[in-house]
Amino acid sequence: MMPSSSGGSWKSSGAGDGGVPDQFPAGLRVLVVDDDPTCLMILEKMLRHCNYEVTKCNRAEVALSFLRENKNGFDVVISDVHMPDMDGFKLLEHIGLEMDLPVIMMSADDSKSVVMKGVTHGACDYLIKPVRIEALRNIWQHVVRKRKHEWKDFEPSASADEQKPPEEPDYSSSANEGHNWKSTKRRKDEEDEAEEKDDSSSLKKPRVVWSVELHQQFVAAVNQLGIDKAVPKKILELMNVPGLTRENVASHLQKYRLYLRRLSGSPLPGGMNAGFMGGPDAGYGSMSSLNGLDLQALAASGQLGQLQPQSLATLQAVALGRSNNSKSAIPVPVIDQRNIFSFENPKSRYSEVQSQHLNNSSNNSSKQINLLPGIPTNMEPKQFVSLQQSGQHSFGSMNHQVLIQMGGQSQTQSQNQVQSNTNAHHGLRQPVLSNDMLTRGGVVDVSTTVYNPVVSVSQASSLVDFSMNHKTDSSGSSYPLGGSLGIPNVRATSSALQGDGNLDTKVSGRRIVPSYDVFNDLNQNREWGLQAVGLTFDQSPHSIQVGLDASSPLLLQHNRSSVSEMGGQNRILASGKVIFSPEVEARTHHNGSNVGQQRNTYVKTESHTDGSFHNTLYSEQYGQDDLLAAIMKQQQQGVGQPENEFGFDGNALDDLPV
Amino acid sequence: MERNQMHRQIANTRKLMFDQGYLDEQFIQLEELQDGSNPNFVEEVVTLYYRDSARFLSNLDQALEKRPLDFSKLDNLMHQFKGSSTSIGAKKVKTECTHFRNYCNARNAEGCKRTFQNVKKEYTTLRKKLEAYFQMSRQVGPVETAYASSVVVCTIRYDTIHSLHLNIIHSNLPLRRCAARSH
Repeated sequence: MMPSSSGGSWKSSGAGDGGVPDQFPAGLRVLVVDDDPTCLMILEKMLRHCNYEVTKCNRAEVALSFLRENKNGFDVVISDVHMPDMDGFKLLEHIGLEMDLPVIMMSADDSKSVVMKGVTHGACDYLIKPVRIEALRNIWQHVVRKRKHEWKDFEPSASADEQKPPEEPDYSSSANEGHNWKSTKRRKDEEDEAEEKDDSSSLKKPRVVWSVELHQQFVAAVNQLGIDKAVPKKILELMNVPGLTRENVASHLQKYRLYLRRLSGSPLPGGMNAGFMGGPDAGYGSMSSLNGLDLQALAASGQLGQLQPQSLATLQAVALGRSNNSKSAIPVPVIDQRNIFSFENPKSRYSEVQSQHLNNSSNNSSKQINLLPGIPTNMEPKQFVSLQQSGQHSFGSMNHQVLIQMGGQSQTQSQNQVQSNTNAHHGLRQPVLSNDMLTRGGVVDVSTTVYNPVVSVSQASSLVDFSMNHKTDSSGSSYPLGGSLGIPNVRATSSALQGDGNLDTKVSGRRIVPSYDVFNDLNQNREWGLQAVGLTFDQSPHSIQVGLDASSPLLLQHNRSSVSEMGGQNRILASGKVIFSPEVEARTHHNGSNVGQQRNTYVKTESHTDGSFHNTLYSEQYGQDDLLAAIMKQQQQGVGQPENEFGFDGNALDDLPV
Repeated sequence: MERNQMHRQIANTRKLMFDQGYLDEQFIQLEELQDGSNPNFVEEVVTLYYRDSARFLSNLDQALEKRPLDFSKLDNLMHQFKGSSTSIGAKKVKTECTHFRNYCNARNAEGCKRTFQNVKKEYTTLRKKLEAYFQMSRQVGPVETAYASSVVVCTIRYDTIHSLHLNIIHSNLPLRRCAARSH
C-alpha cells in the first residue's frame, strides 16, 4: 500500500526543479483518504487511469501515519471532508504543518462555507463529489505549483543567508543554520539514501528560520501597521531585517493570520497568545527548533491524537527554526503543544515555562529559547489553530514550550532553571509537565535534566528530515524520542541545529521523530494523535523521562526507570520503538558518537516489543514537568557535545540504553 | 441471433435506466473506468455500494424511531449516504436524499419520514434493475458487456451488421471495414 518512497517522486526523472520529467505527471504519488469505500474504490480507479500511483486509505489517522512514515513518499493528498474519525480539515492542517504537501479536499457538500473553510485551512483545491476523472487529471498542477513556490521562496533567502556572517545567534545564525542545515541535509540525503529529497533538495532552498526574535519583530511590525493593513512589503520595511524577503514575510504573515483566526475561534488559555505574540525574551534562535521538536513529542503524546501530529510538526518546525516557507509547516509548535495537552495547566505551565525561560537567560550561548513567548520560529498560526481545535493540546504545547525554552539554554542553566522553577522533583518544570502529562495520559517524567536543546534539535532535524537530516545532529545529543512518529518536518529542525547551539533544535527535531513513531506504532488503534514519546533524558543526575500512557499517544516514551541510564537524549528512543531508522543512521555524523549511537539505539529499540514498550514507556506519573525537564536536559546535553557550553557531557548519549 | 438479442436487450435495459432517471452521468464514468484489467468494475462498485450503504439505511431507520428526532444526526447520516449514492450515479436515490435533507433542515419530522420511505423505495428499485442488468451482462461475458453498451447502440440501428461488428471487435480486427460498413 505504501508507495515506495524510495522510488522518488516523479520528479526524479532528472527534470530538476524547473522542468518535469517527460512522463510527468504519470507516476504522481497520490494518497486518497475517504471513509466511503465506494468513493474510495472509484477514486482509486480513476487515479490509476490517470497513470498516478495511488494509495488509498479509509481513515485519516492511518493516512497520517502513512505520510509520516513515508516522508516524501507522496506528492499530493486527496481527502474527504466528512470523515468519522477525524475531520478532513484537521487532517488538512496536520498535513500542511508536518509535511507541507498539497492537499485537495473533496465533498458532496458544495456550500460556500465549506469551500471557504477549505481555502482558509490551506487546501490547494476543492472538488465536489461526485468527482469526475477530468478533475483528477489536473491535480498535478498543485504539486508543481507548490514546488515552484517553494523554490522561489528559497532562492532569495538562500543568497541572503549565505551572505550573512553567522555572528548573531538569532536570526542570522538561524538563517545560516537553516541554510547549512539545508545543505547538510541535502548532502546527507545524497549520502544516505536515494531520498526523494535529493530531487526536492534541488528545488528547495534553505528556509528562513523564524527565530523568536525575528518573529517578535514581525509581530511588532504587524501590530504597528494594524493587522488589517499589514502588508508584507510594509512589514518587511518595518522589520528592517537584512536578508529577509518579501516572500518570506508574506508566507509567514499568511500563517500568522491563520493562527490568529484560529485563536479567535477557540481562545487559548492565557499565555498562549502572549507567547505567540512574542514572549519575553527573544533569544529564541536555535531553541525554537528544539522546542518544536519536544513539543511535538509532547504533543504527540497528547491524547488528542488529532492535532498531535500537527503540533509535533509545529514543534519541530519551531525547533528547527524552519522558515515558514511553504515547506513544512511546523509553525508554532509550542503553542500547539499546549493546546494539545490538557488544558488544565496550560496557563500555569506556560507561565512556568516562560518564567523558566526567562530565568534561564543566562544561557551561555545566549540563546534563550524562549519558546513560550514566541514559539516563534515556525510557529504558524495554522498550527496554533489546529491545536486549538483539538483542544487538548494544551499540554503538548506546554511541554513544547518548556522544551523550547530549555533548549536554548545551556545545560547548567536549564537545569538550574528547571530546578528552580519546579519543585524538587525535577529540574525542569516538572510539576507543570507532570500534571499536564498526566492528565493527558502521557507521562512525561522530566527529571532533572533539561531537555537538551541540542538533543531536541537533532531530534527536530530528524523529525523534519526523517530520512535525512543527519547533519543537524551536530550537537550530538539527539534526543531520541521514541521513534519518529511522524514528525515529518525534520527539515526544520536540522536547520536549527546548524550553527552554535542550534543543534538543539535539530537534535530535538530528529529525536522527536523517532519516538513519535514508536508510539505511533503502539497506538495504532487509537487515534493517531500525539504519539507518546517517551523522552527520557538522563543527563547525569536527572533523567527526564517522559512516560506515556499507553492510552494516550504521547510521544514521550520511556519511563524514568528504564531510562535512567540513558545519556539523556537517546533514552527516549531506547525505550521506545524506534520507527525510523534512516534518520537514526543519518545522524551519525553529527557530533559523532552521540548521534550515531543514539541513532543506533534508536534503531535497536525498535525491536522492543510493544508490551515492553508500553510498560516502560508509559508511565502515568510523568508529568509535563518531567517532559519539560527532559527536554531541557536534552537540549543541554545535546548541545554540550560540541561546545560544552551547557556543561553537558557530550558523550552522555553514548550510554543510552538500547 | 441469440447473442445479438442478448446484447440488444442489455443495451435496452441500460438505456432505459438512464431514460427513466435511475442512473445519471456518473454511472457512465464508472463504465468508462471498466477495462480489460478490471472487467467487472462497475458491478463490483455497485455491489460494494449496496453492501456498505445498507448500514446507513439501518442507522437512519433507527434514528427515525427515536423521539425526539435528532435532525442533525439524521442529516449527517443522510449526507454520507447521499454521497455514496451519488458516486455510483443513483440519480433518483440522490434526489430523494436531497428532499430528505431539506426536510431535516426544516425540522419537519413527517417530511423526513415520508421522504425516507421514498429513498428506500428508489434504492431497492434501482438495486433490482442493476442486478438484472449485471446478470444479463455476465451471461454474455464481462468484456463484451462493455463493448455491448456502446456497440449495441450501433446494433440497434444497424441490425444487419451487428454481428459482424461485434465479431470484428472481439477479434481485434481492424475496424476499418467495419466502420465503413456501419457508417
